[in-house]
Amino acid sequence: MLEIRDLHARVEGKDILRGVSLTVKRGEVHAIMGPNGSGKSTLAKVLAGHPSYEVTSGEVLFDGKNLLELEPDERARGGVFLAFQYPVEIPGVSNAQFLRLAYNEKRKHLGEEELDPLEFKDLLKERAQIVEMDAGLMSRSVNEGFSGGEKKRNEILQMAVLEPKLAVLDETDSGLDIDALRIVSEGVNKLRHADNAIVLVTHYQRLLNYIVPDYVHVLYKGRIVRSGGKELALALEEKGYDWIKDEAEESQPSAASA
Amino acid sequence: MMAQATKEKSSYRAAFDAMQAEDARCLPAWLLRLRETAMERFEQVGFPTTDVEDWKYTNTGAITKGAFAPVEAGARVELGAADVAAFLAPEASSRLVFVNGVYRAELSATENLPEGVVVADFATAFAGEHESILRAYLARPSDPEVDGFNALNAAFLREGALVYLPRGAQVSAPIQLLFLSAPATQTAAVFPRVLVVAERESAATIIESYASTDESRSFTNAVVEVFVGENARVTHYKVQRESEAAFHIAKTNAELERSGVYDLTTITLGAQLSRHGIGVKLAHEGAECWVDGLYLVGTGQHADTHSLIDHSSPHCTSHQLYKGILDGKSRAVFNGKVFVHKDAQKTDAQQSNKNLLLSNEARIDTKPQLEIYADDVKCAHGATVGQLEEEELFYLVSRGLHTDLARNLLTYGFAEELVEKIKIESIKRQLDEAILNRLHARLEV
Ligand SMILES: Nc1ncnc2c1ncn2[C@@H]1O[C@H](COP(=O)(O)OP(=O)(O)O)[C@@H](O)[C@H]1O
Ligand SMILES: [Mg+2]
Repeated sequence: MLEIRDLHARVEGKDILRGVSLTVKRGEVHAIMGPNGSGKSTLAKVLAGHPSYEVTSGEVLFDGKNLLELEPDERARGGVFLAFQYPVEIPGVSNAQFLRLAYNEKRKHLGEEELDPLEFKDLLKERAQIVEMDAGLMSRSVNEGFSGGEKKRNEILQMAVLEPKLAVLDETDSGLDIDALRIVSEGVNKLRHADNAIVLVTHYQRLLNYIVPDYVHVLYKGRIVRSGGKELALALEEKGYDWIKDEAEESQPSAASA
Repeated sequence: MMAQATKEKSSYRAAFDAMQAEDARCLPAWLLRLRETAMERFEQVGFPTTDVEDWKYTNTGAITKGAFAPVEAGARVELGAADVAAFLAPEASSRLVFVNGVYRAELSATENLPEGVVVADFATAFAGEHESILRAYLARPSDPEVDGFNALNAAFLREGALVYLPRGAQVSAPIQLLFLSAPATQTAAVFPRVLVVAERESAATIIESYASTDESRSFTNAVVEVFVGENARVTHYKVQRESEAAFHIAKTNAELERSGVYDLTTITLGAQLSRHGIGVKLAHEGAECWVDGLYLVGTGQHADTHSLIDHSSPHCTSHQLYKGILDGKSRAVFNGKVFVHKDAQKTDAQQSNKNLLLSNEARIDTKPQLEIYADDVKCAHGATVGQLEEEELFYLVSRGLHTDLARNLLTYGFAEELVEKIKIESIKRQLDEAILNRLHARLEV
């Protein structure tokens, strides 16, 4: 479904991704871990098509097509979804209206009938249960005045409404207390099925107790320096990132001097 | 230049003399005199030029050169109920409709009003029992400094709308005053005049609408006066959506008695050049006003708002929020002054002007001003000029919204605070559509 080949990207003149390769197949859950600043969010934003991030080389195929030549909205309608690490607040735009517009854009793209506000309300109510989202948050402006946890739930609610083929969840666990973490993870698990794929970006292993990944990758200084099964996450939990860093420096001395 | 101006004045003079002669027998003498004085004033001062501080950013040269001619009495434009339906606010149960300044009884509705409430055109009022009301308010000594536009409006004072609310009258359904511009044999100059008198403890909502039936040029020069009695409440919407070839000059003056409430919301969507002057006098204790508005302009449009909120009595409150959305090669001017006199202690005055520039070619000149001579007051003012936030835009498009739709939605978000304030559904819908369909992106709300 997703094939990233030797991807290099920069932001504000700084090279951040320096040769990322990753293959994600239908039905799989991949976790991308790594210390702060290693480029996890950059990878996520490059996939979503954020204009500030410039791809300097490499390619990304999504369902066999060149993802990088698509506009961000085309990517989204085609089934790519990014749950932001820091969702923005949008004053004056109601959450329900925004969700309906996004939903209908996708329906139109698929050649399906759009839903009117009443029909959509029912759908939204049903999807909101997946993340136990308070109905009061629907009529409020997008993320405005939401707590950290509410913002993250809102991201997963959007995922539940849009039903993407590929969901990249960027630190969806950060800022969640233990109960919220459980609810959000259970929500993600409900949305997980054989036809879609999930890339979980996380800093901590605790999320992976709830959403069990098929593969774990460690991103460090813009490269995937190690991949393994879910036991890799446990090893990281136990030993921290230092051993990975040391290993990476040894095999890639240029990375240290850059 | 000078010769041009003189010629312009004399063409108004010719039309004026013809009108005076025609009306000599049917209109009251005080009105004929008032008009003569106003005409003299106009001939003395002419239209303001950019040399005048208050008109520095708004060049009215095109109006001077525009060869507009006052509409002759009896000039009729064929227009039926079906043609005006689109311009009517369905919420209103009474309305006065004017086409090119001429009152159209057959398109108007003045029934269904509570006892004693008058909603009438001036011609009817001059001839009837309400002449004294018109006289009492229209014939008051006018400001000797009145500008050329206002003077010309007074010179051509003939048709107009009177809304009179006797003491305690409560009119629950809005009253609409619709001024339509329609193509005529000559490019019409029209001079709408509105007088609203709300006696003590009365309440009503007025919708003052300006629209064009097609894209033709026209010149509207309106003056609206609102008198809000003790404990009375007047809610006033001014919706201007004339053609983008139109010139629209308007003045709204309000005076509030003790504890009177005046709530004005202006929506400016149309005209190639519009100027709205607003003057609110808070001269009695406890009076409170809202002077809010939204201007939404695109390439080729220029919208100017000049307001003066005058606090001359203690314990009065004023709120002002103006928002501007400027796209393409457009221009807007906001000049809002709040004047707090020495005796106006405990004044609470809040003023804010916020602008959203959607293009690099749009230009805004904003100048909120506070002039305070009292020492125990609560006043604040500010202005902002900004653009759409890139991160907000990305958030929306990353959910599959087309860029145009996302931009419209963010623009709507900017205006929402004002849209929410509007209590008339049809106005709200018009505004929703104007904002959301701006970039050819269809969007229902
Ligand atoms: N928009 C940006 N502008 C400037 N620098 C950025 C931007 N985004 C990311 N970076 C830089 O790129 C590096 C990687 O950041 P990021 O991808 O956010 O890492 P992670 O998500 O792994 O913590 C950091 O050094 C960060 O400062
Ligand atoms: Mg990050």
